[in-house]
Amino acid sequence: MNRVDTIELIYLFCAVSFIVALKGLSSPRWARQGNLVGAAGMLVAIVTTFFLPGLHRIWLILIGIVVGVAVAIPAARLVKMTAIPQMVAAFNGVGGGAAALVSLAEFDKSHSTAGIGTAAAVLFSVLIGAVSFSGSAVTYLKLQELMTGRPVVLPNQRLLNLGLGVAAVVFIVWGLTGSMAAAVLLALVALVFGVLFVLPVGGADVPVVISLLNAFTGLAVAASGAVLRMTLLIVAGTLVGASGTLLTQLMAKAMGRPLANILFGAITATPTAAAIEGDGVDRSVRTGTIDDVGIQLAYARRVVIVPGYGLAVAQAQHVVRELAELLEGRGVEVVYGIHPVAGRMPGHMNVLLAEANVPYEQLKEMDEVNGQMPLTDVVLVVGANDVVNPAARDLPGSPIYGMPIIDADHANGVVFLKRSMRPGFAGIDNALLYDPKTTMLFGDAKDTLTGLVSAVKAA
Amino acid sequence: MTETTLGLFTIFVLSVFIGFEVISKVSPILHTPLMSGANAIHGVILVGSIIVLGTGHGAAQTILGFLAVVLATINVVGGFVVTDRMLEMFKGRRTGSRPGPGGGT
Repeated sequence: MNRVDTIELIYLFCAVSFIVALKGLSSPRWARQGNLVGAAGMLVAIVTTFFLPGLHRIWLILIGIVVGVAVAIPAARLVKMTAIPQMVAAFNGVGGGAAALVSLAEFDKSHSTAGIGTAAAVLFSVLIGAVSFSGSAVTYLKLQELMTGRPVVLPNQRLLNLGLGVAAVVFIVWGLTGSMAAAVLLALVALVFGVLFVLPVGGADVPVVISLLNAFTGLAVAASGAVLRMTLLIVAGTLVGASGTLLTQLMAKAMGRPLANILFGAITATPTAAAIEGDGVDRSVRTGTIDDVGIQLAYARRVVIVPGYGLAVAQAQHVVRELAELLEGRGVEVVYGIHPVAGRMPGHMNVLLAEANVPYEQLKEMDEVNGQMPLTDVVLVVGANDVVNPAARDLPGSPIYGMPIIDADHANGVVFLKRSMRPGFAGIDNALLYDPKTTMLFGDAKDTLTGLVSAVKAA
Repeated sequence: MTETTLGLFTIFVLSVFIGFEVISKVSPILHTPLMSGANAIHGVILVGSIIVLGTGHGAAQTILGFLAVVLATINVVGGFVVTDRMLEMFKGRRTGSRPGPGGGT
């Protein structure tokens, strides 16, 4: 066996290790080992690559790797668990950028001799890799709150998108003839489009966008693999493409809206005023005291905690666990009702609560908690709003109509921990807030929960 | 490398099926680690980046290749480290909790 064959065989083992890594995620028990197998496979793949014949500039490559490691390790180790979504977005974006650059560099080498198939793979990789790069950058800015999380629609955005679309088609056709200039111009158009693509998407829809950009980067890597004729890149990129696609579908389903509506809704939609502001009747909310709610919780039989993005913002995951354990010590049954799109990425709440050592058996999916809702005495909604808004179920015409929700209104009592009466991300009024069985506790979720812990202890 | 276009396409199609098969079995609790782990896996583009930089000629290819190596390294290293940190929190919770809510390092 010659050297290249041996290297390809090693690459095959690496590809298998990636599949093992993803397979490990079917259970929390094997997930970490699986990830380590994947990391080991990756290390082997990288080291093996240095033995390919005809490789020069080893020092330059090593310098690049050292620079990358010096940036990545502190970023990944120091990031707070509450900032995970933007970190994932950032790592995803740089991967997409790398895929686009690899294809561009390879095209620069071979464009005069490349066939139309290779050119197509290059252009595909450049297009979606660059969209993923700039789109992820905007996602990062939004989640890091360096810019507004609300949808941003530029004037004439539809026209602008159309123009970019036409330009992209022109550059693709031109690029298929083997023009390097066309590929570079396509990359620039794609970078602008990535920004315009994510700007109109607001906070609560971000999980969908993160999943989609993840799929994009995966496919861009697979396309780069086709350009370099490397099976390892094709297999790995396609696995990620499949995972991103599945998660995107799942998120869109959990929001009860078609993907196109989530991505482009802000550009096209004009929801009716009535659907947004409710029936216009002036209603009042009931504000409770921490002591009253403490007693209500302490003497309940069953409590469901519904966490939302507000929990992450207030970093209240440890206090909420403390409260839950205290209640369990008193014989109260406590579970967490996790809505699939609560938070800013798929499964966000699960990670947040796992950080606070909440046993994952207590994390229940939406359907599971909904069946038990009539037997529940108190639903404690911490920093969530739209995911318990009955309008999604009962009010056709509401922008969130059709989204499956946690049926908090079917419980005997509801307690909202909110910073203010400001509506949720979707900007829609929530009738549940005015329900007679609802109690509001305004203020920072962490402070309120700390107060509740003392109140329950005293009760 | 050596594969024919049809061979590459075959591998792509089979990978799609393996991908959907494996991912559809992932527990919803682990969707964030899945995304992050998948992120780390597409960091394999570092292998491609090394090749284009190591076989490139001229300024353009050098600059593009070098940037690709840096970005891909950030992707792969950051991806695996963050995923490991997340999964560490999911481990062994069935038998009592670890001391303290420390979490991150």
